[in-house]
Amino acid sequence: MRGNFAKITKILSAGVVAAGLLASASAKAAEDTIKVGILHSLSGTMAISETTLKDVMLMLIDEQNAKGGLLGKKLEAVVVDPASNWPLFAEKARELISKDKVAAVFGCWTSVSRKSVLPVFSELDNILFYPVQYEGEESERNVFYTGAAPNQQAIPAVDYLMSADGGSVKRWVLEGTDYVYPRTTNKILEAYLKSKGVPAEDIMVNYTPFGFSDWQTEVSAIKKFGSAGKKTAVVSTVNGDANVPFYKELGNQGIKAEDIPVMAFSVGEEELAGLDTKPLVGHLAAWNYFESVNTPENKKFIADWHKFIKNNKRTTNDPMEAHYIGFNMWVKAVQKAGTTDPDKVIDAMVGVSVPNLTGGYSTMMPNHHITKPVLIGEIQANGQFQTVSKTPGLVMGDEWSDYLPDSKDLISDWRAPLSCGNFNVKTGKCGGKGTN
Amino acid sequence: MKIFRAIGLTLLFLLTTLSSSGAAEADLRAIIAKFATAADFSETGVIVRELTATGDPAVERPLAALAEGNLYIRAADSMVFVGKEGSDSIQLFDPLSGEAAGEASADDLTQIGVNNTLRRTIRDALGTLTLGSKDPTVRIAAADTMFKTPDAANIGPLDAAIASETVASVKALLEQARGASILVSDKPDADKLAAISLIGARGDRDALSLLTSVEANASGAVKEAATAAIASINSTLAFWDAGQNIWYGISLGSVLLLAAIGLAITFGVMGVINMAHGEMVMLGAYTTFVVQQVIRTSFPGLFDWSLVIALPLAFLVAALVGLAIEHGIIRFLYGRPLETLLATWGVSLILQQAVRTIFGPTNQEVGNPSWMSGSFDIGQLAITWNRLWILVFALAVFGVLLYVMKRTPWGLQMRAVTANRRMAASMGIKTPWVDALTFALGSGIAGIAGVALSQIDNVSPNLGRGYIIDSFMVVVFGGVGNLWGTLVGAFSLGIVNKFLEPYAGAVLGKIVVLVLIILFIQKRPRGLFALKGRAVEA
Repeated sequence: MRGNFAKITKILSAGVVAAGLLASASAKAAEDTIKVGILHSLSGTMAISETTLKDVMLMLIDEQNAKGGLLGKKLEAVVVDPASNWPLFAEKARELISKDKVAAVFGCWTSVSRKSVLPVFSELDNILFYPVQYEGEESERNVFYTGAAPNQQAIPAVDYLMSADGGSVKRWVLEGTDYVYPRTTNKILEAYLKSKGVPAEDIMVNYTPFGFSDWQTEVSAIKKFGSAGKKTAVVSTVNGDANVPFYKELGNQGIKAEDIPVMAFSVGEEELAGLDTKPLVGHLAAWNYFESVNTPENKKFIADWHKFIKNNKRTTNDPMEAHYIGFNMWVKAVQKAGTTDPDKVIDAMVGVSVPNLTGGYSTMMPNHHITKPVLIGEIQANGQFQTVSKTPGLVMGDEWSDYLPDSKDLISDWRAPLSCGNFNVKTGKCGGKGTN
Repeated sequence: MKIFRAIGLTLLFLLTTLSSSGAAEADLRAIIAKFATAADFSETGVIVRELTATGDPAVERPLAALAEGNLYIRAADSMVFVGKEGSDSIQLFDPLSGEAAGEASADDLTQIGVNNTLRRTIRDALGTLTLGSKDPTVRIAAADTMFKTPDAANIGPLDAAIASETVASVKALLEQARGASILVSDKPDADKLAAISLIGARGDRDALSLLTSVEANASGAVKEAATAAIASINSTLAFWDAGQNIWYGISLGSVLLLAAIGLAITFGVMGVINMAHGEMVMLGAYTTFVVQQVIRTSFPGLFDWSLVIALPLAFLVAALVGLAIEHGIIRFLYGRPLETLLATWGVSLILQQAVRTIFGPTNQEVGNPSWMSGSFDIGQLAITWNRLWILVFALAVFGVLLYVMKRTPWGLQMRAVTANRRMAASMGIKTPWVDALTFALGSGIAGIAGVALSQIDNVSPNLGRGYIIDSFMVVVFGGVGNLWGTLVGAFSLGIVNKFLEPYAGAVLGKIVVLVLIILFIQKRPRGLFALKGRAVEA
């Protein structure tokens, strides 16, 4: 047994060395470039979502270089593959910052990967742009959250379902994959629904494992819960691959959107690409961007994307827009600061405002979250979303939820003199704790 | 709104007898033209109600088109048309007469948007309008809609429809719909009590849903009757729930069986720990995708046959890859389980990444042929066609495999090599050749499992990952080296899992199953059906 183990370690270490060699090869380029790190999984379970984000970053960097680069230098992308392995995210982040000396990193998808790299970014003082909707309850000096916080997605979505337009829903199924984002989001939603007078017996919470594929029991439980004489809706935080069998089962068991609509927070154009959407017409999703949004900026973005990826069928989605906003904000902040030194750029970031793709401007707020419109869309037969509701103005990302007892007194403001991510307004001290 | 509907419905019955006049058509056109100026969904909704209120059966065409999202406004003259998407333009039809009205490019047309609320309004409206349809299935759908959205104004039209209905089953549905409408009307209690007993006898979830809301709003005898009816429906449903769990368990078991049956050969019979087994399943699924892609572009008429065509191809692809793996890697590692495990795990990563590079990391769409979509009811049990076919398919594969193993010379050689390799070799059996073919057979079976699993799961490079653990679990639990063990193992794990799930939840249910298996293996290390023989003892 010992011998075998020694062999395994040998093989593994050889692999690590090889990976290191590959990465350093890309770092050998000319010195007078600004390096931008891309930390997205290109293999493993998350590759399905993250590979696209790597591609969109390469496209944005190409475009910036075509415009003459930044501060008179060319930008250079450094791509690493953390392989959907959470501890590897931290290792690769360290490699990007210490060895490749990148000026900023764009990356991560799952909350657990973000949590895994946080200590690295604060220790080595670099910048991470995080492009995915997440559960909130966090605000770090070195991280800029360009995806939606719960109040920029979940709460408006529920508000829509409660409205007359959304069907005046009275009974709620909170269906999620079993990990931190759905659990925290559902905790916030449960508190929010109760604050709106929904009794506990009208809320059903259920979790399934990652990659779950046999949804028969869950879907029939939803059907059963929905036959209590009250309008019922499902709020789904089901993640990634589990969505396709979930929707297939919904379609096959004949649950129509007119009867029990499903509002999803993790289903975008990309996920629908693997599905026949005809039985799903009318089911909903809440995002800050849809590919179908009809603005000149978006049309140009889609055309550029198709040209770059050389495939007219590839869709665009919300996290791609988040990277688009984040990258442009970083470029603007670097120009404002006149340097790529992360410390100075972090200070310059707050207040930077850039156009988003839905016809408005997004601004970086002092809590390192951005302002965004919230769109509710219905799935169409062609795999796109049709916007059925849009918030009248921009919604500012709220990092500490007002509906959770542990975090309702916390605020975040990274400007001097406060410069604190979890300031407790009750005690007047920095360092309050949230729920996770 | 109720008044509108009442007027509309009375009109409907007047109009159907008198037949509509030219003036009415002009009115309808005037209303339809308003769609062009509707600013939002609620304004569109007002127009829909206005159209319904005319009660003219002719509005069915534009309303149905609107619900489908096929109603367009031509930008040039704000005219409203029913559109049908062609390859590069949209064909236009008159919204009332349905006559062809030329075509236009998508840029010149604006689609009239609908949301769920509007779709529901239209569905209800169409329900009342199609009550007199010649097609019994349409009448059934109408009765169903009216049952789900009861309205006191429906009673009159339903009475008329019941009087003229000739099909007994449709008549029963219409009477139930009438009962539902009576319950929300202000009719005397005696009528309501009769309606409750009628609906209670229906006994399904829709009836339960209706009675629950009646119970909440009623008082006195009606409330008591509703409570009693709910209790009786609930007790029947509890019985059906148990049946449903068994069916779900069998269905999950058939998926497990399909995933594990190839492994029962490579691991069970040959003793090779093949971590790339899941990737063989994935290759089968991707073969299905490629076949469907070719069919979609070149032979659209064959789509319903795509799975049948994909089966032999998937078997071949996976078997050839399996053969290559056996010949290139595994045959050097027989008798060294740890190295085999590592090597095949490496192979699985290589195959995953290869597929990712060729097809891209995103999910691929594999469509369900029409005979695998939807569901049918047995009592209160909804059985989906795809699950039923997968069960049939899993059992068929099992039967064929059993025949090959027990009744063919090749199967005999396989079993001989498993039982005693050296003896078999000295009897003149080419053991390396048998090994290679057995491994190819196991891989090929995994490939055809992929064809079936592509119908219920994602077709992505990660497809195999989800099945590998379950497959090993089934084979080890059932007893290594025994096909019947795999069958019994798969179905018992499936049923136990599905019985636990409603109580413990999917996450805890899975954990409990794993713990049970660990305990079971402690007691019986060789699984349910232990194989006896020299090789096993050695």
